[in-house]
Amino acid sequence: MATTTITAEPGVPYIDITREFDAPRDLLFRTFTEPELIAQWLGPRKYTIDIDRYEVRDGGVWRFLHRGEDGSAHGFHGVFHGTPTPDGILRTFEYEGAPGHVALESVVFEERDGRTLVREHSVYQSVFDRDAMVESGMEGGVLEGFARLDELISRLAAPVA
Amino acid sequence: MLHNEMVMDGRDRLNAVFGALADPTRRAILVRLAEGDANVAQLNAPFRVSQPAISRHLKVLEAAGLVSRSRRATERLSHLEAEPLREATSWLARYQAYWDESHERLDALLVALRAVEEERNP
Repeated sequence: MATTTITAEPGVPYIDITREFDAPRDLLFRTFTEPELIAQWLGPRKYTIDIDRYEVRDGGVWRFLHRGEDGSAHGFHGVFHGTPTPDGILRTFEYEGAPGHVALESVVFEERDGRTLVREHSVYQSVFDRDAMVESGMEGGVLEGFARLDELISRLAAPVA
Repeated sequence: MLHNEMVMDGRDRLNAVFGALADPTRRAILVRLAEGDANVAQLNAPFRVSQPAISRHLKVLEAAGLVSRSRRATERLSHLEAEPLREATSWLARYQAYWDESHERLDALLVALRAVEEERNP
Protein backbone atom coordinates (compact mmCIF):
# COMPACT_ATOMS: atom_id res chain seq x y z
CA MET A 1 0.00 0.00 0.00
CA ALA A 2 1.39 3.37 -1.01
CA THR A 3 1.70 5.94 1.73
CA THR A 4 0.99 9.65 1.74
CA THR A 5 3.93 11.74 2.89
CA ILE A 6 3.17 15.15 4.34
CA THR A 7 6.02 17.51 5.13
CA ALA A 8 5.74 20.90 6.82
CA GLU A 9 9.06 22.01 8.18
CA PRO A 10 9.20 24.58 10.96
CA GLY A 11 10.12 28.10 9.90
CA VAL A 12 9.08 27.87 6.24
CA PRO A 13 5.50 28.40 5.01
CA TYR A 14 5.24 25.29 2.86
CA ILE A 15 3.27 22.09 2.87
CA ASP A 16 4.44 19.22 0.65
CA ILE A 17 2.28 16.19 0.01
CA THR A 18 3.56 13.28 -2.09
CA ARG A 19 1.85 10.04 -3.02
CA GLU A 20 2.40 7.34 -5.65
CA PHE A 21 -0.54 5.82 -7.53
CA ASP A 22 -0.78 2.71 -9.69
CA ALA A 23 -2.04 4.47 -12.81
CA PRO A 24 -0.66 6.47 -15.74
CA ARG A 25 -0.49 10.22 -15.28
CA ASP A 26 -3.15 11.05 -17.87
CA LEU A 27 -5.64 9.17 -15.71
CA LEU A 28 -4.40 10.90 -12.55
CA PHE A 29 -4.81 14.22 -14.31
CA ARG A 30 -8.45 13.39 -15.04
CA THR A 31 -9.14 12.59 -11.38
CA PHE A 32 -7.71 16.01 -10.44
CA THR A 33 -9.64 18.02 -13.03
CA GLU A 34 -13.01 16.37 -13.80
CA PRO A 35 -15.57 17.43 -11.17
CA GLU A 36 -17.53 14.16 -11.23
CA LEU A 37 -14.28 12.27 -10.54
CA ILE A 38 -12.97 14.70 -7.90
CA ALA A 39 -16.24 14.29 -6.01
CA GLN A 40 -15.55 10.56 -5.72
CA TRP A 41 -12.30 10.86 -3.80
CA LEU A 42 -11.47 14.28 -2.33
CA GLY A 43 -12.00 14.39 1.42
CA PRO A 44 -12.98 11.78 4.00
CA ARG A 45 -16.14 9.75 3.39
CA LYS A 46 -17.92 11.46 6.27
CA TYR A 47 -18.06 14.67 4.20
CA THR A 48 -20.14 15.15 1.12
CA ILE A 49 -18.52 17.40 -1.44
CA ASP A 50 -20.38 19.91 -3.58
CA ILE A 51 -18.36 21.12 -6.54
CA ASP A 52 -19.63 24.56 -7.38
CA ARG A 53 -17.25 25.51 -10.22
CA TYR A 54 -14.30 23.80 -11.85
CA GLU A 55 -13.19 25.82 -14.88
CA VAL A 56 -10.04 24.01 -15.97
CA ARG A 57 -8.36 26.76 -18.00
CA ASP A 58 -6.03 29.72 -17.51
CA GLY A 59 -7.88 32.12 -15.21
CA GLY A 60 -10.67 29.62 -14.55
CA VAL A 61 -12.27 29.55 -11.10
CA TRP A 62 -12.60 26.44 -8.94
CA ARG A 63 -14.77 26.18 -5.83
CA PHE A 64 -16.07 23.34 -3.69
CA LEU A 65 -17.76 22.84 -0.32
CA HIS A 66 -17.20 20.08 2.20
CA ARG A 67 -20.45 19.39 4.08
CA GLY A 68 -20.39 17.55 7.39
CA GLU A 69 -23.15 15.32 8.81
CA ASP A 70 -23.92 18.06 11.34
CA GLY A 71 -24.82 20.49 8.54
CA SER A 72 -21.54 22.41 8.74
CA ALA A 73 -20.03 23.55 5.44
CA HIS A 74 -16.45 24.51 4.61
CA GLY A 75 -15.86 26.31 1.32
CA PHE A 76 -12.59 26.45 -0.62
CA HIS A 77 -11.88 28.29 -3.86
CA GLY A 78 -9.16 29.63 -6.12
CA VAL A 79 -8.07 30.33 -9.67
CA PHE A 80 -6.04 28.29 -12.16
CA HIS A 81 -2.88 30.04 -13.40
CA GLY A 82 -1.93 28.74 -16.84
CA THR A 83 -3.79 25.92 -18.52
CA PRO A 84 -3.73 22.77 -16.37
CA THR A 85 -2.10 19.84 -18.21
CA PRO A 86 -0.81 16.38 -17.21
CA ASP A 87 2.56 18.12 -16.76
CA GLY A 88 1.18 20.13 -13.92
CA ILE A 89 -1.40 22.37 -12.34
CA LEU A 90 -0.77 25.79 -10.80
CA ARG A 91 -3.59 27.31 -8.77
CA THR A 92 -4.39 29.54 -5.85
CA PHE A 93 -6.13 28.11 -2.78
CA GLU A 94 -8.22 29.96 -0.21
CA TYR A 95 -10.25 28.61 2.70
CA GLU A 96 -13.40 30.69 2.93
CA GLY A 97 -13.27 30.51 6.74
CA ALA A 98 -10.06 32.58 6.59
CA PRO A 99 -10.44 34.98 3.66
CA GLY A 100 -7.30 36.65 2.36
CA HIS A 101 -4.94 33.91 3.50
CA VAL A 102 -4.32 32.70 -0.03
CA ALA A 103 -1.83 29.98 -0.88
CA LEU A 104 -0.20 29.15 -4.23
CA GLU A 105 -0.26 25.44 -5.01
CA SER A 106 1.49 23.42 -7.68
CA VAL A 107 0.66 19.81 -8.52
CA VAL A 108 3.00 17.77 -10.73
CA PHE A 109 2.48 14.25 -12.06
CA GLU A 110 5.61 12.15 -12.64
CA GLU A 111 5.00 8.88 -14.46
CA ARG A 112 7.43 5.98 -14.24
CA ASP A 113 6.74 2.39 -15.37
CA GLY A 114 3.02 3.03 -15.51
CA ARG A 115 2.91 4.43 -11.97
CA THR A 116 2.56 8.10 -11.16
CA LEU A 117 4.07 10.12 -8.35
CA VAL A 118 1.91 13.12 -7.45
CA ARG A 119 3.70 16.02 -5.73
CA GLU A 120 1.73 18.89 -4.27
CA HIS A 121 3.64 21.93 -3.05
CA SER A 122 1.74 24.71 -1.26
CA VAL A 123 3.25 28.10 -0.44
CA TYR A 124 1.51 30.25 2.18
CA GLN A 125 2.14 33.92 2.85
CA SER A 126 3.63 33.12 6.27
CA VAL A 127 4.22 30.19 8.63
CA PHE A 128 1.39 31.56 10.76
CA ASP A 129 -0.94 31.50 7.74
CA ARG A 130 -0.05 27.94 6.98
CA ASP A 131 -0.70 26.79 10.52
CA ALA A 132 -3.88 28.83 10.87
CA MET A 133 -5.32 27.53 7.60
CA VAL A 134 -4.74 23.95 8.53
CA GLU A 135 -6.09 24.53 12.01
CA SER A 136 -9.35 26.08 10.84
CA GLY A 137 -9.88 24.18 7.62
CA MET A 138 -8.93 20.71 8.69
CA GLU A 139 -10.89 20.25 11.91
CA GLY A 140 -8.33 21.99 14.06
CA GLY A 141 -4.71 21.11 14.11
CA VAL A 142 -1.46 22.94 13.59
CA LEU A 143 0.26 20.94 10.96
CA GLU A 144 3.88 20.04 11.17
CA GLY A 145 5.44 16.88 9.86
CA PHE A 146 8.85 15.43 10.31
CA ALA A 147 10.61 12.70 8.45
CA ARG A 148 11.06 10.32 11.33
CA LEU A 149 8.36 11.48 13.67
CA ASP A 150 6.18 8.46 12.91
CA GLU A 151 8.95 6.12 13.94
CA LEU A 152 9.47 8.03 17.15
CA ILE A 153 5.77 8.06 17.91
CA SER A 154 5.40 4.35 17.43
CA ARG A 155 8.26 3.78 19.87
CA LEU A 156 6.62 6.14 22.36
CA ALA A 157 3.18 4.62 21.91
CA ALA A 158 3.69 2.34 24.89
CA PRO A 159 3.00 4.11 28.22
CA VAL A 160 6.16 5.59 29.67
CA ALA A 161 7.00 4.32 33.12
CA MET B 1 -10.48 37.16 24.53
CA LEU B 2 -9.52 34.67 27.17
CA HIS B 3 -10.45 31.91 24.75
CA ASN B 4 -8.21 33.43 22.09
CA GLU B 5 -5.32 33.69 24.51
CA MET B 6 -5.75 30.07 25.43
CA VAL B 7 -5.79 29.09 21.77
CA MET B 8 -2.64 31.13 21.18
CA ASP B 9 -0.94 29.56 24.19
CA GLY B 10 -1.75 26.14 22.82
CA ARG B 11 -0.39 27.04 19.41
CA ASP B 12 2.80 28.52 20.86
CA ARG B 13 3.36 25.41 22.92
CA LEU B 14 2.74 23.23 19.92
CA ASN B 15 5.18 25.32 17.86
CA ALA B 16 7.77 24.84 20.60
CA VAL B 17 7.15 21.09 20.54
CA PHE B 18 7.52 20.89 16.77
CA GLY B 19 10.58 23.12 16.84
CA ALA B 20 12.15 20.81 19.40
CA LEU B 21 11.30 17.75 17.33
CA ALA B 22 12.79 19.22 14.15
CA ASP B 23 16.32 18.19 15.17
CA PRO B 24 17.54 14.59 14.72
CA THR B 25 19.72 14.66 17.85
CA ARG B 26 16.80 15.80 19.97
CA ARG B 27 14.54 13.12 18.48
CA ALA B 28 17.21 10.54 19.31
CA ILE B 29 17.40 11.87 22.88
CA LEU B 30 13.62 11.43 23.24
CA VAL B 31 13.81 7.90 21.87
CA ARG B 32 16.54 7.11 24.44
CA LEU B 33 14.49 8.64 27.26
CA ALA B 34 11.50 6.53 26.24
CA GLU B 35 13.54 3.61 27.58
CA GLY B 36 14.07 5.31 30.93
CA ASP B 37 15.51 8.35 32.70
CA ALA B 38 19.15 9.18 31.98
CA ASN B 39 21.88 11.64 32.94
CA VAL B 40 23.77 13.82 30.47
CA ALA B 41 26.72 11.43 30.19
CA GLN B 42 24.40 8.53 29.34
CA LEU B 43 22.56 10.65 26.80
CA ASN B 44 25.79 11.88 25.27
CA ALA B 45 27.25 8.38 24.74
CA PRO B 46 25.78 7.62 21.28
CA PHE B 47 26.57 11.06 19.82
CA ARG B 48 29.69 12.69 18.44
CA VAL B 49 28.91 15.95 20.16
CA SER B 50 30.05 17.47 23.43
CA GLN B 51 28.15 17.21 26.69
CA PRO B 52 27.46 20.96 26.66
CA ALA B 53 25.84 20.46 23.24
CA ILE B 54 23.62 17.75 24.69
CA SER B 55 22.79 20.07 27.59
CA ARG B 56 21.70 22.73 25.12
CA HIS B 57 19.45 20.22 23.36
CA LEU B 58 17.98 19.22 26.73
CA LYS B 59 17.18 22.87 27.48
CA VAL B 60 15.24 23.14 24.21
CA LEU B 61 13.35 19.92 25.01
CA GLU B 62 12.68 21.17 28.54
CA ALA B 63 11.35 24.51 27.27
CA ALA B 64 8.95 22.62 24.99
CA GLY B 65 7.74 20.57 27.95
CA LEU B 66 8.99 17.34 26.42
CA VAL B 67 11.56 16.66 29.11
CA SER B 68 11.66 17.36 32.84
CA ARG B 69 14.85 17.26 34.92
CA SER B 70 15.37 16.26 38.50
CA ARG B 71 18.30 15.84 40.88
CA ARG B 72 19.09 12.54 42.53
CA ALA B 73 22.10 12.95 44.81
CA THR B 74 24.65 14.71 42.58
CA GLU B 75 23.09 13.36 39.42
CA ARG B 76 20.75 15.33 37.22
CA LEU B 77 18.30 13.02 35.45
CA SER B 78 16.21 13.80 32.40
CA HIS B 79 12.72 12.35 32.13
CA LEU B 80 10.49 12.13 29.07
CA GLU B 81 7.17 13.96 29.27
CA ALA B 82 5.06 12.21 26.66
CA GLU B 83 1.85 14.25 26.89
CA PRO B 84 2.88 17.22 24.66
CA LEU B 85 4.05 14.70 22.08
CA ARG B 86 0.69 12.95 22.09
CA GLU B 87 -1.05 16.30 21.65
CA ALA B 88 1.20 17.24 18.75
CA THR B 89 0.71 13.97 16.96
CA SER B 90 -3.06 14.05 17.31
CA TRP B 91 -3.10 17.38 15.39
CA LEU B 92 -0.82 15.97 12.75
CA ALA B 93 -2.77 12.74 12.68
CA ARG B 94 -5.99 14.52 11.73
CA TYR B 95 -4.44 16.24 8.73
CA GLN B 96 -2.69 13.03 7.73
CA ALA B 97 -5.99 11.14 8.06
CA TYR B 98 -7.73 13.57 5.69
CA TRP B 99 -5.21 12.86 2.94
CA ASP B 100 -4.77 9.16 3.69
CA GLU B 101 -8.49 8.56 3.33
CA SER B 102 -8.75 10.76 0.21
CA HIS B 103 -5.85 8.97 -1.46
CA GLU B 104 -7.21 5.52 -0.61
CA ARG B 105 -10.49 6.54 -2.22
CA LEU B 106 -8.50 7.76 -5.24
CA ASP B 107 -6.73 4.38 -5.47
CA ALA B 108 -10.12 2.67 -5.69
CA LEU B 109 -11.40 5.18 -8.24
CA LEU B 110 -8.31 4.66 -10.43
CA VAL B 111 -8.85 0.88 -10.40
CA ALA B 112 -12.44 1.42 -11.55
CA LEU B 113 -11.42 3.90 -14.27
CA ARG B 114 -8.72 1.56 -15.59
CA ALA B 115 -11.26 -1.28 -15.78
CA VAL B 116 -13.58 0.93 -17.81
CA GLU B 117 -10.74 1.91 -20.16
CA GLU B 118 -9.77 -1.74 -20.69
CA GLU B 119 -13.35 -2.62 -21.57
CA ARG B 120 -13.39 0.12 -24.17
CA ASN B 121 -9.96 -0.71 -25.63
CA PRO B 122 -9.40 -4.42 -25.03
